[in-house]
Amino acid sequence: MNRWTYPDLKTLMAKASPLRSGDVLAGLAAETAEENVLAKMSLADVPLKRFLAEPLVPYDEDEVTRLILDSHDAAAFAPVSHMTVGQFRDWLLSDAADTAALAQLAPGLTPEMVAAVSKLMRNQDLILAAKKVTVVTRFRDTIGLPGRLSTRLQPNHPTDDPKGVAASMLDGLLLGSGDAVIGVNPASDNLATLGDLMRLLDEAIQRFQIPTQSCILTHVTSSIELINRGAPVDLVFQSIAGTQAANASFGVDLAVLREGLDAGRSLGRGTVGDNLMYFETGQGSALSAGAHHGVDQQTLEARAYGVARAFAPLLVNTVVGFIGPEYLYDGKQIIRAGLEDHFCGKLLGLPLGCDVCYTNHAQADQDDMDTLLTLLATAEVTFIMGVPGADDIMLNYQSTSFHDALYVRELLGLRRAPEFEAWMSQVGLADAAGRLSADAGRHPLLELLS
Amino acid sequence: MAALTDARVALGRTGSSQPTAAALAFTLDHARARDAVHRPADFDGLEAALQQRGLASLRADSAAQDRLTYLARPDLGRRLSDESRDQLAALRSRPVVDLAIVVADGLSSRALDHVPALLDALLADLTPEGWTLAPVILAAQARVALGDEVGALLKARMVLLLVGERPGLSSPDSLGAYLTYAPRVGLSDAARNCVSNIRPAGLVPAQAAFKIAWLMRQARRLQLTGVALKDESSTDHLVSVTPEAVRLPADSPLEKNKSGK
Repeated sequence: MNRWTYPDLKTLMAKASPLRSGDVLAGLAAETAEENVLAKMSLADVPLKRFLAEPLVPYDEDEVTRLILDSHDAAAFAPVSHMTVGQFRDWLLSDAADTAALAQLAPGLTPEMVAAVSKLMRNQDLILAAKKVTVVTRFRDTIGLPGRLSTRLQPNHPTDDPKGVAASMLDGLLLGSGDAVIGVNPASDNLATLGDLMRLLDEAIQRFQIPTQSCILTHVTSSIELINRGAPVDLVFQSIAGTQAANASFGVDLAVLREGLDAGRSLGRGTVGDNLMYFETGQGSALSAGAHHGVDQQTLEARAYGVARAFAPLLVNTVVGFIGPEYLYDGKQIIRAGLEDHFCGKLLGLPLGCDVCYTNHAQADQDDMDTLLTLLATAEVTFIMGVPGADDIMLNYQSTSFHDALYVRELLGLRRAPEFEAWMSQVGLADAAGRLSADAGRHPLLELLS
Repeated sequence: MAALTDARVALGRTGSSQPTAAALAFTLDHARARDAVHRPADFDGLEAALQQRGLASLRADSAAQDRLTYLARPDLGRRLSDESRDQLAALRSRPVVDLAIVVADGLSSRALDHVPALLDALLADLTPEGWTLAPVILAAQARVALGDEVGALLKARMVLLLVGERPGLSSPDSLGAYLTYAPRVGLSDAARNCVSNIRPAGLVPAQAAFKIAWLMRQARRLQLTGVALKDESSTDHLVSVTPEAVRLPADSPLEKNKSGK
């Protein structure tokens, strides 16, 4: 019945992927709709065990492959080790796959296994299965509890102006944003500027006793250097990808990520836990670095989560629509990718959030973002971004606004992290149920701008 | 609060949602950014403006035949169409020139509105020094690396490519300038210098021209561009000049590691 043949597993995986422009650009995509579906059918018959025996990226060439295979937990894998990819999908959607079973299974799954099964799943499957997974992480508050949704407050400014950053931060806090992290993408790489931004965020958190954490999203080596210089570093950030070569293009390897984690933990700044790495990822980054090894971009994205889980992160964020239409062409492809990434990350045991976003040259708009935000929230995504008016004036793209988070909280009854929720109530920003107070116009937080 | 940043702060709220005025203002800005991406560049107008300044120009197309192909296939936007390559190859008998200027639509046709003012300032600076110029190439559906092929065909010692940058919601008309010494097909972005955010509300054209002229003189002296050519033209400008490798060019995916996105 299948007149196409596949020379290897990675080719089969690529042909079975839902259509996206990045795989077309890489010359990996199925050439017809029929080939795509027949590849899914072939993939459904592949035993999960084959992914342990046939690495998609060579073991000898790639430390990410070595990490994935060397840390695989055979005992955790045992309950599903006899299954094919198709049987695994059926099991994931069955009552047997409950929250406890999925938590026990996570160390037994490889990124390639979860990427494979995601290719057989419709959007509703991705949502339903991901919702069953609970991943809880802690630093100064508790993130990822059932029925909760957290937000990263993202008060970026094109010149890192402290007053400008403070104004956006204050606006976000008054609208109940920031329980995942207050995190700034700096325009500058200058260490003095980065240190100033860190102190700005830290002073606000300390002064108002806000149960959250700060992060300046700069290269891990800069964070390590700032820690050495005594800067108040809460979370250590790094962009990561799914191959050693792509990580090298980011200027990192597993060893330096370990150094970053150790440096952060040496400060002991967490009060309720010590998860302190913050990773960002996104489909297409390996291809854009010329480091994809002929593997499709969604599978490589899942491999980035394989990197992340070795470092017990507080937060992992797929910046899904940021990379542009040559990788995810339109709203449909961005929505699909966001749901895939969330499912794969959660199944691997990660606190996965999503920057629901797009650029102005993608075929997408706010309606597409509303759709993805609502779908991810029903799947209980760990966190989303909070950007003033959804318009990031530093990075020139559109994300989710403070209001977008309020919308989805009201719609689905999703609450903030418990410590942050209690703080908001205590300082009069919200009632005990988390509804914003009517008059925040004269709130003491406004002293931040004085 | 709103006086401290251009970010969309202090919008107010109705229930959980944005008030109508804020929602519509955002929608209008997005519409303008979309139009900047999709509206064809006015190369007829630009050709006339160049002619008034005594500058000859030629049209060229990339291998991307239309806008949708251009957006999905960055590789095609970096190469000339067969027809344009043949036309430019026919000019090979001309002598070597100091500079080829390429104007590329890139991702914002509106950005090209700033090209005449930029060239006025730049050429006023360079002409007394006797720089020789190839005809200005007006390139449609073009990305930054297209300048490499054009510069090589025109036998130019360096190529200056002006391109519409990826539009932001509040900056739909930003022009970028990329300078590449000894252009040839296959160069990486590390071989270029970039002056970004050229627009009236950003780096104004006269200031940008000052920086570009400084880089061009240095490039000629050092016989190179890229990471080895550091901008030291001055320290008091709005936007610093950086090698393209550490910037977000209009035609390559954003490097999330540089700025954390």
